[in-house]
Amino acid sequence: MLLELNNVNYVYNEGTVYEKHAVKNISLSIDENEFVAVIGHTGSGKSTLIQMFNGLIKPSSGTVCYRGENINEKDYNRRALCGKVGLVFQYPEHQLFEQTIIKDVCFGPKNQGLTEEEVLERAKWALCLVGIDEELFEDSPFDLSGGQKKRVALAGILAMKPEVLVLDEPAAGLDPGYKKQIFDAIKRIHEEEHISVVLISHSMEDVAEYAERVIVLNDGEKIFDDTAGNVFSHVEELEAMGLSVPWVSKFAAALSKEGLDIRRDIITVDECVEALKRLL
Amino acid sequence: MIRDITIGQYYQGSSIIHRLDARTKLIATFLYIVCIFLVKNYVGFVAPVLFLVMVIVLSKVPVKFIFKGLKPVIFIILLTMVFHVFFGSGEAIFSWGIIKITKAGIKRGIFLVLRIVLLMLGSSMMTFTTTPGQLTDGLEALFKPLTKLHVPVHEIALMMSIALRFIPVLLEETDKIMKAQQSRGADFETGNVLQRAKSMIPVFIPLIISAFRRAFDLAMAMEARCYNGGNGRTKMHPLRYKPVDFYAAVICVIFTAGTVFLRVYGKGLL
Repeated sequence: MLLELNNVNYVYNEGTVYEKHAVKNISLSIDENEFVAVIGHTGSGKSTLIQMFNGLIKPSSGTVCYRGENINEKDYNRRALCGKVGLVFQYPEHQLFEQTIIKDVCFGPKNQGLTEEEVLERAKWALCLVGIDEELFEDSPFDLSGGQKKRVALAGILAMKPEVLVLDEPAAGLDPGYKKQIFDAIKRIHEEEHISVVLISHSMEDVAEYAERVIVLNDGEKIFDDTAGNVFSHVEELEAMGLSVPWVSKFAAALSKEGLDIRRDIITVDECVEALKRLL
Repeated sequence: MIRDITIGQYYQGSSIIHRLDARTKLIATFLYIVCIFLVKNYVGFVAPVLFLVMVIVLSKVPVKFIFKGLKPVIFIILLTMVFHVFFGSGEAIFSWGIIKITKAGIKRGIFLVLRIVLLMLGSSMMTFTTTPGQLTDGLEALFKPLTKLHVPVHEIALMMSIALRFIPVLLEETDKIMKAQQSRGADFETGNVLQRAKSMIPVFIPLIISAFRRAFDLAMAMEARCYNGGNGRTKMHPLRYKPVDFYAAVICVIFTAGTVFLRVYGKGLL
């Protein structure tokens, strides 16, 4: 068990008119080598939840444990934790600040107190992983395109070699080509480096394609926590929460409603084709 | 942490104070500040304090929230107190080297602290109950006559409202960037002054870049909406005096008169 949340609550601006109970009594755990997606409509508490994963915010009540240790204890080294739980915010390109790309990516590992060679080696490794060419290393990060900036920012976290990678909408505002590059990079990291990935996304197709397990949040509460197939079989419930499901799941649900004998946990086109072949 | 600063913020509400015309509140605040400087002895504070208590009660802003606004000036308050208590003039009650504590010093210290606190609380009551938009509208209306002297009142008011509007936006942005850099292991809390200043570079550079980006976006959006200055521009919420503003004005005059009265006839008192 890597990360474990127990009855976690978070309240913004407690005791004022702006009070907002953003996360309500959530318990969940992230295991090693998992690919988990967190979905929920805007303002459902996803971003608040993930900020508690690396101790950026402290839960109003409840505990967050990393490898069995409570991260909000006074003597817990939260700075070291940031290197283990790598959090990539939405629009990570807004945090770039160095003169060159390579220097910016070095910022994270440098803060971990590694030697200069190690830092450089890791930065190169991370940049290579996200597909940034070596000839760009000495360029200014501000001259890059949006998609490249996002990948550089992602490399900035990867260079710290986290054990859990938490991503908040990594592909927001990208065209399909760049999006695929980002997701392929994430998938490769997950498979090759055995890093657990927690992904927040609004694209149900992406979630269905990459995630093994899906957590659904609604108004700060955890509604579902199951395999992607099982979660997406709840078509009506998800739509009532303002979420969609992959169109193949919808298709399968509609067919089974018409009385056809088809599995309800279909989430990808390939699965759907298989099931239809069997039907015919 | 950075969002804990309450001074200058707007506190949502619909109380009678919130509904007053911004001009009324501006003039009332101005009178209140003048009154505080008119006060010469403790008895004189009775009128402004009563006025302030009345405003706080009517505004329904939580007292805890109001006093949180004093946090940033606590240092100034303490400094004032220390200087007057330890370095005051007059007959010493206790002395040690150059430090001497005098009765007059203590009296003067408390007096000045009261003055600072009342000034802070009074002016923050205005910002708590007036949105930045109303505030600049009010200022623009009050300074309108200056346009005759070729003072660009509308432009200044616009600049002010943009600046005020962007304070919370930039605070939020700062918070976000700090969190993002903390996630990369940045350390803002330890080290000496120089190291801490240096550790803020990864925050300031993205912040400045984003401020420029927002400024360009805003300019573009204003141009796209054909903004061309103040001439002939109408307002969505025009300022209008209501009966309640008249009553508020009467109350202000009464309290001002009270302060003046206490100053003139309260000489021999505490």
